Amino acid sequence: MNKNEISEIKSLSKKIRKDILNMALSAGASSSHFGGSLSTVEILSTLYKKFLKFDVSNPVWQERDRFILSKGHACLGFYSILYEMGYIKEDDLKLFEKNGSFLLGHPVINKKIGIEFSNGSLGMGLSLGIGVAMSIKKRSLSSKVYVLIGDGECNEGSVWEAAMSASHFNLKNLTVILDNNNFQQTGSNNEIMSSEKLFEKWKSFGWEVININGHDINEINNAFKKSASRPKLILAKTIKGKGFSFAENNNDWHHKILTQKQYEEALKELNEQ
Amino acid sequence: MSNKKFITSSGIKLWPKLGMRASFGLMALELAKVDDQLLIVTGDVSTSAGLDRFRKKYPEKYIDVGIAEQNLLGIAAGLASEGHNVITTTFAPFQTARCLEQIKVNLGYMNQKVCMIGLASGLVLGTLGYTHCCIEDLGILRSIPNIDVISPADTTELAKALEAFYLSKNSMYIRLTGGSNIPLIFNEDYNFSLGKSSTLKEGKDIAILSTGTMLSVAMETANLIKKSNLSAEVINIHTIKPIDANKIIECGKKFNYIATIEEHNIIGGLGSAVAECLTSSGGTAKQLFYGINDKYSDGGEYKYLLKKFKLTAEDISKSINDTIK
Repeated sequence: MNKNEISEIKSLSKKIRKDILNMALSAGASSSHFGGSLSTVEILSTLYKKFLKFDVSNPVWQERDRFILSKGHACLGFYSILYEMGYIKEDDLKLFEKNGSFLLGHPVINKKIGIEFSNGSLGMGLSLGIGVAMSIKKRSLSSKVYVLIGDGECNEGSVWEAAMSASHFNLKNLTVILDNNNFQQTGSNNEIMSSEKLFEKWKSFGWEVININGHDINEINNAFKKSASRPKLILAKTIKGKGFSFAENNNDWHHKILTQKQYEEALKELNEQ
Repeated sequence: MSNKKFITSSGIKLWPKLGMRASFGLMALELAKVDDQLLIVTGDVSTSAGLDRFRKKYPEKYIDVGIAEQNLLGIAAGLASEGHNVITTTFAPFQTARCLEQIKVNLGYMNQKVCMIGLASGLVLGTLGYTHCCIEDLGILRSIPNIDVISPADTTELAKALEAFYLSKNSMYIRLTGGSNIPLIFNEDYNFSLGKSSTLKEGKDIAILSTGTMLSVAMETANLIKKSNLSAEVINIHTIKPIDANKIIECGKKFNYIATIEEHNIIGGLGSAVAECLTSSGGTAKQLFYGINDKYSDGGEYKYLLKKFKLTAEDISKSINDTIK
């Protein structure tokens, strides 16, 4: 990956963080899932900029790659990348969580704007992705399926039902990115439900597992690029709240109202990066 | 699916002798010939679903996800989103309650189209206990938007329900009841329309509304009360949702008594659905609920349990006689 590409993705990540701030501010008292969206930013920007095949003018293009945000609460990052890629307009972002909006606090299926499925109830997106990947394999399409899941989400038993079936069905066209930010709703993973040895767990379920720093664009790029003879899991070590010092590793920001003062402070910090 | 029919007169004759599950397996073989987008997804129940031949003959159309119903529903929805016609099947409790939220979100909320077949619902697996009986499925699925719910009276009606799935914009749940020998009600192909009840017998003193294989009990009940000079109208409510509200309201006005007979908890099933229509219609009919009285009883054979819950024609006709006289 050359320097230009890296700086392009870095600058896209910066834009996404700014979009996230704007949406979090406009959500006001309805609050938003701030921390767990910020941990996904570099993953989304690298995926959409460099790997995901799509056509905004033909969102149901059969040959497209499919992306599923299984940790649906991280939709601030998702809506931002959809905006930056041209699926939705800047004004649409202001509708986030507003009455009657199509951009709710969890994604609602809307293929026209690149949302393949509704998500929000954890542990469901991977099974959907497996169904899609099986169909793509049956039809010998070259499309790939990417599913972004969380580490808290891995508490759900259905994740493991899905995990064992993806390797059983030998779905080489399936990549899961596990946003391993070490926190879930009310505490750290290990306080709430021990999440150690995720690498070994996924490997033992028959996946090709790659450990990376989920904010290092080069490492993300190499992980996406790496060919795999089995379904691939990218175990991305990330920081919940990444990018804003008041929110980093501070689980109060799992779901919290962003005040005008915090917004300005965050914007200043972002502009200095 | 192309316009080619998969219901044949030889099938109609053969199926009832095999029961719902085995005949579903035969219907699946016929469906595969006319539907090139068909996929059947199961959870380690190929034999129980009558699908062993299908599995061998059409391995590319058959997906077994193991004993993992949540994943089963998710995979089915993912396949359906790519344009396949997907039928899922496993035992009724595992096809419904075990993966209820996947049904709600993946099929109801997203309005994606999958046909779910609940095997051996009701009391037929009574010797195995209530883990395997299913007296709740109509109630729980009826409360999820965008899902049609059908309870076929016999094997012919199961085939008609499968046909109706292709024409509906919704997902469908087909509830299979009864033992290995199904009393045949429809001995030839007939007009079936989703959401429209059919009147099997006309009468004037009481309307008996039933669904699933209990319909044959309803017919028998009508015969038995004839001896007391009571004439019963028998109506087949094969579609529990969307329910035929017009017909039910009409019955509420025309009859003094309406009986509902179902192999399901009296809470949430056919009786409840009928009562919801009647209470808002201004009719004066009194409703008699025959079903499972909100209880997990001791186990036992199918006939033993039907008797225990007074779901035999003898018990029901006696109760109707006692009420009306």
